[in-house]
Amino acid sequence: MSKSNPNAPKRLALISSKGTLDWAYPPFILASAAGAMGWEVGVFFTFYGLTLLKPELTAAVSPLGNPAMPMKMPFGPEGFKNINWQMPNLLMANVPGFEGLATNLMKQTFHNKGVATIEELRESCLELDVRLIGCQMTMDVFGFKKEDFIPQAEIGGAATFLEYAADADVQLFI
Amino acid sequence: MNDVEVIKEDVVLDCSGMLCPMPIVKTTKAIKELQSGQILKMISTDAGSPPDIAAWSRQTGNELLLSTTEGNTFVFFLKKS
Repeated sequence: MSKSNPNAPKRLALISSKGTLDWAYPPFILASAAGAMGWEVGVFFTFYGLTLLKPELTAAVSPLGNPAMPMKMPFGPEGFKNINWQMPNLLMANVPGFEGLATNLMKQTFHNKGVATIEELRESCLELDVRLIGCQMTMDVFGFKKEDFIPQAEIGGAATFLEYAADADVQLFI
Repeated sequence: MNDVEVIKEDVVLDCSGMLCPMPIVKTTKAIKELQSGQILKMISTDAGSPPDIAAWSRQTGNELLLSTTEGNTFVFFLKKS
């Protein structure tokens, strides 16, 4: 397989299919890094990834169903912060507000470590001319309209992605 | 003789405290402001920066003149292509 234009810059094609806080990071990190290296980048948002195109990002994380996810405390002495808290499923599933607590703990820990927020990473992507494309079919299924998304978002379908990905040097499904 | 004292930077960018991918995102922004041949000194505390800045340099064609480590701090001199 060869690129239709051999002189074109390198290209990254991503599919972002998950909308939780933890899974929102990989596509925006890779897209902004590739954009910073002068690559063409297109991210296709489908299924739960579509929520990452909304103006207000509400991505949350749940330790329920994430058995390997360590819970870290973002405060206290270093030894305390490094403890991996094991939370029983019964507690995670039944205590109201547990998901909000887990989300805040992760956001605070990321902030303390110096990780950019999803908002900052998305803004960096836009500044680096990364194309953000919503999948029309899943928008119909979940009841999203183009106006629900940030104005820079484009709309496309499977053929749009495949044509773009066929000319890409790196393609990843996240 | 210390190489760091020989190279004279035009602009300094301090990315201390930032983690991947912000050091290279900020570096890209800073280098766009420079003229061809000018030198950017970038400071980072992200242990991923030495390999990442080397990769960024190869991909963008902006030359990595020097990469040094001072304790937990990494210093890079990058020449705009």
